[in-house]
Amino acid sequence: MNLLSYILLTAVNESNPDVFFKPENFVFNLKYMGIGMLVIFVIIGIIMLATILLNRLFSK
Amino acid sequence: MDILYENLLAFTWQDLVMIAIGGLLVFLAIKKNMEPTLLLPIGFGTILVNIPFSDALTGPIKELYNAGIANELFPLLLFIGIGAMIDFGPLLSNPKLMLFGAAAQFGIFFTLCTASIFFPTIDAASIAIIGAADGPTSIAVANTLGSKYVGAITVAAYSYMALVPIIQPPVIKLLTTKKERLIRMPYVQKSVSKTTRILFPIVITLVASAIVPQATSLIGFLMYGNLIRECGVLDSLSETAQKVLANLVTIFLGISVAFNMTSEQFLKFDTLLILGLGLIAFIFDTAGGVLFAKVLNLFSKEKINPMIGAAGISAFPMSGRIVHKMGLEEDPQNFLLMHSIGVNVSGQIASVIAGGIILNFFS
Repeated sequence: MNLLSYILLTAVNESNPDVFFKPENFVFNLKYMGIGMLVIFVIIGIIMLATILLNRLFSK
Repeated sequence: MDILYENLLAFTWQDLVMIAIGGLLVFLAIKKNMEPTLLLPIGFGTILVNIPFSDALTGPIKELYNAGIANELFPLLLFIGIGAMIDFGPLLSNPKLMLFGAAAQFGIFFTLCTASIFFPTIDAASIAIIGAADGPTSIAVANTLGSKYVGAITVAAYSYMALVPIIQPPVIKLLTTKKERLIRMPYVQKSVSKTTRILFPIVITLVASAIVPQATSLIGFLMYGNLIRECGVLDSLSETAQKVLANLVTIFLGISVAFNMTSEQFLKFDTLLILGLGLIAFIFDTAGGVLFAKVLNLFSKEKINPMIGAAGISAFPMSGRIVHKMGLEEDPQNFLLMHSIGVNVSGQIASVIAGGIILNFFS
C-alpha cells in the first residue's frame, strides 16, 4: 500500500500539482454517498407512489 | 515563404498528438459507429482548436462555447429533444421499475468518493457524473460546478456510453449466476391512460424540483420535451424537437465542447485518471442495479431477473437492449425487453435527479 501510494503520489505530482493523493478523502466523502443515495430513493419513491396513484385515478 | 515555415514550425508534438486524438475520435465515430453524433463533431473540433494560431479557437468555437456550454443552454435544449423521444409507457405500466433506476446511480456516488482521493471535491463531483451515462447531464453539471475538466469528462461520458455493450456484460455475468440469468419475467401489457401520460412529466418536475431545486432546469427541460410529445396537440413541435432541434443542437454541442480539447488542457495525467474513474463509475452503476435486484429477490415472491437492474444506467436504449439480448442468449424464450426498457427510462430520470443532487451538494 505504501509503495502504491508513493508511485501514485509521484505520478500525480509530476504531472500536475493540482492533483493529489489523499486516500482519507474517500472515507470523508462517504457521507455524500449515503445522503445522495437516500435522497434519490426518496424522490424516486415519491414519484413511484404518485405514478401508482395516477394509474389508479385515471385507469381506463 | 518565411511565414509558411513559421506557421509549420509552430506545431508542437502536443498539438500533433491532439490532432491524432481528434482523428481517432472521427475514425471511431465513422468506422466503429461509436456515438457518431457527438464523437465526430468533438473529434473535428479537436483538430480545429489544436492548429497553432487557429482563429477557430479564439473566434467561432469560443463564441459557441460561451453561447451554449458555459451557460448550459445547449445541454438543456438537447434535453427537450431527448424528452420528446422517450416513451415512458413501459415504466408507467410498471412503476416499481423506477427503483432500479435509483439503485443504478450508485456508481456516481462511489466514484465521487474515489475521485476525491485525487481531485478537489468540485472536480471529483464533476468526474463522478460521468456515471450518469448521460452526456448533457455530465456537461451541465461539470460546467455549473466550474470544473476545468469539462472536455475530458465529456469525451469519457460519450466514449463509455458507446462502450456499454463491452463494459456491461462481463460485470453482469460476474455478479449473477446462470440460474438467476434464466429467471423469466412475464410481461403483462397494461394500458396507460392519456391523462396519466400527460400528468407524469408535470408530477416528476414538481416532486424532483421541490426536493432538489438545483435539478429544476435539467428535469424540467427533459419533462417539457416529454409533455410536448404526450399532450397530443403539439405533434408538429414534438417531431421538430425529436429531429430538427436535437440534431441542430448536437451539431453545435460537439464542436463547442472541443473548446476544452486543447493540448494544454487535455494532455495530462489527470485525463487518464478521469478516463479510469469514468470506467469505475459505469462498472459500479451496473453493479448497483444488479445487486439491488438480487437484494429484492431475497424478499419478494415474484423473482426478478437481476440483469434488468443493469439497465438502470441511463444509456438509452442501448443498455435495455443489451440486457434483453443477454436474456435471449441464456434462454431464447426469455423476453426481458419491456422490463429492461422500463428500467432504462427510469435510469434517464434518476440520472438527471442524481445530477441535481450533486449540484445541490457542491454548487
